[in-house]
Parts: sequence; C-alpha cells; structure tokens
Amino acid sequence: MNLDFTEEQDMLRTAAKDFLTTECDKTMVRQLEEDEKGYSPELWKKMADLGWMGLIFPEKYGGTEMDFMSLIILCEEMGRNILPGPFFSTVVLCGNAILDSGTDVQKDEYLTKIASGDIIMSWVQTEPTNTWGAGGIEVKAVADKDDFVINGTKLFVADAHVADWMIVVTRTKGGAKPEDGVTLFLVDAKSPGITAIPQPTVGMDKLCEVNFKDVKVPKGNIIGKLDKGWEVVEKTLLKASTCKCIESVGAMQATVDMTNAYIKDRVQYGRPLAAFQVLQFDMANALIKTTTLRELTYRAAWEAGEGLPEAATDVAMAKSWMNDTFYWVVERGVQLHGAIGTTRDHDMGLYYRRSKCAECQFGDSDFLKEKIAKDIGL
Amino acid sequence: MDFKWTPEQEAMKKDFDDFFEEAMKGKPAAWVGGLEDMFSEEGFPFTKMVCSKLADKGWLVGHYPKEYGGSGWSILEQLIRAEAAGYHHAPTGDIFGIGMCGPTLIVVGTEEQKKEHLPPICRGERYWCQGWSEPNAGSDLAALTTRAVRDGDDYIINGQKTWNSGAHIADWAFMLARTDPETKRSRGISYFLVDMKSPGITVVPLISMDGSHLYNETYYDDVRVPARNMVGEENQGWAVTRMTMNFERSGVGGFAGNMADIKELVQFCKETKWNGKTLAENPLIRSRLAQLAIETEAGRALAYRIAWLQETGGMEAIATTAWMASSGKVYGSELSQRVAAIAEQIFGLYGQLIKGSKWAPFSGKYIAAHQMSMGGNIAAGTSEIQRNMIAWTGLGLPRTI
Repeated sequence: MNLDFTEEQDMLRTAAKDFLTTECDKTMVRQLEEDEKGYSPELWKKMADLGWMGLIFPEKYGGTEMDFMSLIILCEEMGRNILPGPFFSTVVLCGNAILDSGTDVQKDEYLTKIASGDIIMSWVQTEPTNTWGAGGIEVKAVADKDDFVINGTKLFVADAHVADWMIVVTRTKGGAKPEDGVTLFLVDAKSPGITAIPQPTVGMDKLCEVNFKDVKVPKGNIIGKLDKGWEVVEKTLLKASTCKCIESVGAMQATVDMTNAYIKDRVQYGRPLAAFQVLQFDMANALIKTTTLRELTYRAAWEAGEGLPEAATDVAMAKSWMNDTFYWVVERGVQLHGAIGTTRDHDMGLYYRRSKCAECQFGDSDFLKEKIAKDIGL
Repeated sequence: MDFKWTPEQEAMKKDFDDFFEEAMKGKPAAWVGGLEDMFSEEGFPFTKMVCSKLADKGWLVGHYPKEYGGSGWSILEQLIRAEAAGYHHAPTGDIFGIGMCGPTLIVVGTEEQKKEHLPPICRGERYWCQGWSEPNAGSDLAALTTRAVRDGDDYIINGQKTWNSGAHIADWAFMLARTDPETKRSRGISYFLVDMKSPGITVVPLISMDGSHLYNETYYDDVRVPARNMVGEENQGWAVTRMTMNFERSGVGGFAGNMADIKELVQFCKETKWNGKTLAENPLIRSRLAQLAIETEAGRALAYRIAWLQETGGMEAIATTAWMASSGKVYGSELSQRVAAIAEQIFGLYGQLIKGSKWAPFSGKYIAAHQMSMGGNIAAGTSEIQRNMIAWTGLGLPRTI
C-alpha cells in the first residue's frame, strides 16, 4: 500500500493550481457562462501545450502516458477553479472511451488529435427518457449496407454545439435486457442531419438537445462491438464519475477555504464571525464531509483505473456521497457568507449552482442507492 | 497511489480473520463487542481468554517494539488486525493500556517504567484504566482538583475521579493529579501510574442506561504512590496527556464493525417477511441500508488515510493529523449510532425488545448498541470537543474556550 502521490504528480498538482489561478479567474468563468461557445480557444490551446489533453495517452499518440490518478489530480484542480469548457467531454469521457475500447486505428486517429488540442469531442448518451441507465437508450441506429443510420433526440449532452466529433450511444437491437443491443458510434459532428441546441441550465454549462435526422455513419466507426456497447459505457462512466467526484472535492475545498477566510475577516458584535462556535461547527462538518469524500474518491478512482471489479460499487458510493456532501458544503458556505453570498456577483453562487450540475451527472442519489442496495446483497 | 496489500499482508488478513471467526464462536449471548461487554461480569473472562490467545500469537500488541514484548509491527499491520477484530466485534483487550498508556510510556517513560509495564500489557495480563475525568472536570479536563502531595519518596493522592471505564476490573490506572495548587489550569498537573490495589482506593459502579456496568467512580483517600511512578516531569503532565490523547485514533475497527452489522441486517431483511413482503423489497429500507454502507466506506477511507499519515510521518504526523483523527472519531461514533438506530427502525415494534425476550431480534444486540452508542459520542472527547479541535487545528479558527 502506498497512499502518497509521486513527486511528479505533486508537481503536476502545483503547476495546475498555479496555471488555473492565473489563466482561469472567476471573471473568465462568468464571461464563459454567457459566451455562446462556452470555452476559450486560447486557454484550450495553452492547456494542450501543457500536455493536459494527452496526459494519460500513450506517447505514440502524442500523450505523456501518466496514470489515471494523474488525471484525477488535474480534475481536482479544475474543480477548485471551476474550469469551464469541453475538457471533461473531450478527455475524460471520449478520450477514456477510445483509450480503453477503441481500435488501434481509432486511437491513432482520435487520441492524437485530442492530445494536440485539434478536436473537441462530445459524449452523447442521455435522452428525454431522463436516466443514465441502459433502459433510457432509445435513439436508434439501423444498418443500411455499409452504414448505420441514426434517428432520434438526445438531451443533456455537454458541448455538442462546439464538438468536432461525437461518441453517440444508440440502440441497435431490442432485447430482453436493456443492456443488450446498445452500440456506440464515432460520429462526425458536421454530418448532415445533426443539430445541437444548448439549453440554459443552472450552471450555464452548455448541455444541448441534439437531434439526429437520418445521420449516416460508416460501420467502421463503431467503438467496441456491435450490440455490446453498454460495456464501453459502463467502463467509461466509472472513470468519468470519479473524475466528477474529485472535481467536486476541489470545488468543495475551495468553498471551505473561501468561507473560512471570510468568517475570519468579517466582524460583528465586536468579534470575527469565526469566533462564534456555532459557525465553527458548520465549518468542522464541512471539512469532515470534504475530506471523507476525497479519500473515498481516491480509492474508487484507483480501483477504476486498475480495472478492479470492486470499482463498480465503490464508484457508485463515492458519487452518491458526492451528491449529498457537495450541496451540503456549499449551502453552508452561502449561509455563512450572509446576504452577500446569495448575489449573482459573488463567487459562492458559482459553486452553489455547480453542485446541482454535478449531482445530475452519471446518476442521482436514488439511482445510485438502488444500485448499491443490489451490490450489498439486497 | 496504490491500495493493494502485499501477499504477506493478505496472508496476515486471512490468518486474523480465521482466528477471530473461530474465537467468536464462544461469545456470550447478545454480545455487541463494546467495552461494556468486554468488561462485564460475563464478558470479562471471555475477553481475557481471547486476549491471552492473541498474546500467545504475538497479535495482541503487535505494534510495540520487540524488546518490550511487541512484534514490531508497522501501523499498517496494526490496521489490518484492528479491521479484522472490528469486523468480528472481537474483544481486543485493554484499549487503555495497549492503546494509550503503553505508547505514551514508549515515548516518554523511563526505562524502568517500560520494563515494568510494557511486557505484562503485551501478554494481556495487566489491565489498565484511565483516571482523568472528575465530577467538575469533564471536557474541561484542566480544571481537575485531585491533589498529589510529595512525602519522601512517595506522593499522597486525594480526590475523586469519575467515568473510569473498566476501573472495576483494572489492575493499574494512569491518572492525573495536581502537584502545584498555586498554578492554574494545565500547568501544575502531573501524570501518575497507580496500582489499583493500593490502600485508599475505592471503586464505585456507575450503571449505564441499558443496565450495563462500564463506568465507575474512583475515590482516592491518602493513596501512596512511589515517585518513580510519575510519567514525565513534575507539573509537566499536561504535555504527556495531550500525547496520550492522540494515539490510536484511526478508528478503522469501528467502520469494520459497521460493515459486519450491515451484512447481518441485509441477510435479516432478505429472510424476514412482514405484511406479505420481505423487508428487502421495501425501497425505503433498501435506501437506508445503502446509505449506511456508503457512509461506512467513506469513513473507512478516511481511517486508512490517518493510518497512512501516521505510518509515514511518525510522531510529528500524529500531531499534524490530530484534526483528521478527530474527524474520524466524531464521524465514526455518530455513524455507529445511526447503524444501531436504523437497525431498530427496520425491526419495527420488535426494535424495543431487549435481551431476555425470546422475540428480540439478535437477542436485543442492536437496542443495547444504540444505548451504548451515546457513550461513544462522549467518551475520549465529546463530539463537540472533537469539532472544536477540527475548527481550531484543522481550519485555524480562533479558540473559543
């Protein structure tokens, strides 16, 4: 057992923290919330130059070949600063899916372009059916000679409006189990018949409605196997969930730090708020929740990175704990800031709104707890 | 980062697991596994038997240096043992001697004190109790007034201690008394090792709400203690006290115990049918048990971090991670209480039955655990004191008291 990060990983964390503090301040976060694209091409280029896009890819695809835990570190720092944009969609979701389940040809084609920062990708899974489960996949892909033809509507799809390529989760066959008959396709986002319309969300994080009307995709663009795509989804979402959890840990720690600094500074009744024990207890509880989530997430992420069977339950546990704790911590953060914390101009609101976004990703608490209940034998 | 155990550690885990599995077959009825059971009239002979078997294998106090009777384990091996014992709710002996007094002596005791006290602790032959709290000095321990006055080669101690867990079975006490009445608060306190058979000591039981006997009052009436039984310097006992408080606080055993309880409750829910449906089909019960499992694993992950930092950082880390250990303590004791409370809710009307009723689920174990859990939130620093410590040392907030 070794619960320390390597020296190289510690350096990555420091570098990421420094870079994001300078290059992605809250003014930029606010601008990008209102921005049509939702990301800064200049910042995107700089991140690619730092090697972040290809962090976990093999060197032959232009990557730096660090392990999955290094990506976890990066996501923790991104969450601390609320980095907007399609990094999560491109690298965490699509990058991991191609890395784990793509053919050599697909890896050569797409990982290389992701690593260089040349393409943005979008993970196109959820639908108006309102679930991350396999039963929600209804958008159909039907074989037609050497192609498949996709029809239907996807919803809550991050960054589809700026994507060059998409990974689309489709239903190719009906079966007894919803997990059977799911197929994933790499789809050129500029294909005729695709429209992506961003929906306003609480986090202004560019979740789109994506319509597919007779969109043709060559058979060679399947990731994984025909009708067996759900395995790829599960594997990808395990890793993505831990990245979302640790991103949230970064955000929670940021709100703890901000609130801690504020209550030390703000004076009422002739003493700093920090000297009131009732507020100290809130802060202690916030730190306990943040710390337990961080440690549980590190373990779950390590298991997911190693491909261990116990990852499935541990990741669900981490994500469910995240749903409970992120909201709790930012709610207290806003409360302890008093009225100023409730304003649009204050940074606390940025974090508060993102706790809802994070909760909606990859399974809400009821969905996850039912999975965990099954896993513990119920 | 790597969470894998080595093959040797995996083998160790299996050995411990097999041992406790076998040893616990002889446990008394309605055994919860807390100190209440370990030191009860019925439970203490069982505790001594299990601990003496553990000692024979060198597993009772593995983490002490070999020269004093330990097995020279690292903190990680200790963690594996604690987790196995916790999972089986096994008695692991005298947490006061093994976990608090012994480690303190290893750091600041005289060679004579180490040689006299550490080997019998390792053999499971000498049981200790803590003599700290007083009627008017609970969380505010530094307000204590028990006096120790020098008389030749001895000190003469007078006063009253309370909430002394296991004082009725203990052979020795590590206790605090004021040696300089002129100085206030934490200054002027000294740390003594006292033979409980000394003339002038009277132990009076304090019975807990569930009827169990763990706590006691201890009266000191002109008790003579040799000066060589003082730990550290005269009037410098507070620093030693603080050190004692920080030992052994990963809390991993408690989380392992929760895991076993949840497993047992899952089985119960699958087998029990009320109103035409098994409990396992009730979505509210499913959700509650899932939540307990989640919170248990989150706490367990924290416990591993604490153990790891103490393993790699030594004495210095024990101080810098004190806020984390406080987090683990308050989180763990409150969670154990929820496990017991939810178990009873699942039992419905049966949840109110205690030991002695043939209808009581698990012989009334969970209702007993629920009452005992209140003590867990108070002993070894109340939940409120732990949160103070987290706020002050973990977040740098101003001391309010």
